[in-house]
Amino acid sequence: MKRFALTALAATLSLGLFAGSPKKLLNVSYDPTRELYQDINQVFTRQHKARSGVDLAISQSHGGSGKQARSVLDGLQADVVTLALAYDIDALAEKGRLLPADWQKRLPYNSTPFTSTIVFLVRKGNPKGIKDWNDLIKPGVSVITPNPKTSGGARWNYLAAWGYALRANHGDPSKARAYVQELFRHVPVLDSGARGATTTFVERGLGDVLLAWENEAFLAEKELGKDKFQIVAPSVSILAEPPVAVVDRNVQRHGTAAEAKAYLDFLYTKEAQAIGAKHYYRPREASVAKAYAKSFPKLNLFTIDEVFGGWQKAQKTHFTDGGVFDQIYQPR
Amino acid sequence: MSAASVREPFWVRLLLTLVALAFLAVALVAPLVAVFHQALKDGLALYFAAFQEPEAWAAIRLSLVAATVAVVLNTVFGLAAAWLLARFRFRGKGFLTTLLDIPFVVSPVVAGLIFVLLFGAQGWFGPWLDARDIRIVFALPGIILATTFVSLPFVAREILPTLQAQGTEEEEAARMLGASSWRTFWRITLPNIRWALFSGIVLCSARALGEFGAVSVVSGHIRGETNTLPLHVEILYNEYQFTAAFACASLLTLTALVTLLLKSLLEWRIRAAARRALEIPS
Repeated sequence: MKRFALTALAATLSLGLFAGSPKKLLNVSYDPTRELYQDINQVFTRQHKARSGVDLAISQSHGGSGKQARSVLDGLQADVVTLALAYDIDALAEKGRLLPADWQKRLPYNSTPFTSTIVFLVRKGNPKGIKDWNDLIKPGVSVITPNPKTSGGARWNYLAAWGYALRANHGDPSKARAYVQELFRHVPVLDSGARGATTTFVERGLGDVLLAWENEAFLAEKELGKDKFQIVAPSVSILAEPPVAVVDRNVQRHGTAAEAKAYLDFLYTKEAQAIGAKHYYRPREASVAKAYAKSFPKLNLFTIDEVFGGWQKAQKTHFTDGGVFDQIYQPR
Repeated sequence: MSAASVREPFWVRLLLTLVALAFLAVALVAPLVAVFHQALKDGLALYFAAFQEPEAWAAIRLSLVAATVAVVLNTVFGLAAAWLLARFRFRGKGFLTTLLDIPFVVSPVVAGLIFVLLFGAQGWFGPWLDARDIRIVFALPGIILATTFVSLPFVAREILPTLQAQGTEEEEAARMLGASSWRTFWRITLPNIRWALFSGIVLCSARALGEFGAVSVVSGHIRGETNTLPLHVEILYNEYQFTAAFACASLLTLTALVTLLLKSLLEWRIRAAARRALEIPS
């Protein structure tokens, strides 16, 4: 009798826990997307509830892209990852077998619903007269950028600088290398994530120019006042593609495959694209892109595939231990 | 020889006092004032609004849960360890005493990484735990483990000197009068060390509530789930919500101030108890 009562109790408890409880998704993302996904999650969970009647709770985790990927590999239960660059998600496929290697083909536009680029944020009035990449290595100019080993944004910064130098020197890699080496001599401190670098620049007042995600620069300008900072668009920069993916192994375990897929599909809708544009992420969808065209400076953008032959190759050449970055950067 | 001749000249004393005061003002008082100034400068309404956020509540709750479990575990362990070290002689006692201090000397970040290496999906026990759907890191157990680790030595370290100073006479007397060892512990040993024990618990709680580094490594930073109060302060600061960040920081600072107050009260009690113990034989 007692045993029966216990079994009944356990059954009710587990029913209560599983049937009635809302489904949960965990979005593990990179540093500057906090505000973006806060807004998107709100709209998506409302729509999901209206459509299916089931409550969905979406949790967020943010940090440097490389660090976040490392956490997911170490067991952080991400249902979806929305990271700064494809290489970090490749690592999940390669080292952890958490999703198939061809994950980037599963969603439109290389699985990147929004793009961004790298611009300069300078102090009001641009006292050091910084207009283009070449001005960053002038004597007395101090540059803030995070650590390319841990931060996705920092890797885009580095590659944007390298790509500029290649173009300026008719594709001569040794001159590009010399330029980037000189550039990092002007960097007094390497933060671990993009947001950390932004606070170093705007709050602690270090440096004359911040190399930043376009969205991060706009946000800092908006939050902290246009009377303090201004954005400088260089002549040429890189098309940054921060991709998204469902983590197959985790959603199978959580039973959230359908929700995770719907969540990422939602990012491509006009509604979500417009939310992205409001947060200064460049939309992919043509009509939304046109509507917000005026918000974004016109820049000459090159892609990583054109200049570096893709992320795998760029990572191997520049950012692995003992790679070009390790060779040219000496901490002070 | 008069007392005055061994004293330093007046100006030396004055200078030393001023230097000490200036240092304290810059290193301790100014940051304290700054925290409360930043938190309150936009008015009380905004200050309290910071605590109405569900994420802030979740962070406070998680910090309290983790600290409570850590303090209970460390109190039991601290009592056992201090008892062992004070009352028994055995091989490797010095080594054990040194081991006790490991959490003091190991960087908290390293402590956190150790737990990821042990219990992470790629770690030693990772595959075994994963197969059984048990989560340690990036979940509550990992946060409790990390908190317990960094606050481990406080209770043992606080009561060990008192236990050693007390000697064994009272306990031996109790045993000879027929008390069981359990009864001796509750009636003789524990009352004798109670103020030192409280003091250890207070320090342990303060450390557990304030821990950042180790918890940051094992947290996974899931908002509303695995962010403790110190981690929440960092997040708010990084999101340009300065008033809320400093409001939460002021809460942590307040617990620190209460800790200091309790600690000095307890030290006063410990000294009083020691004086009484000295007076009785005379």
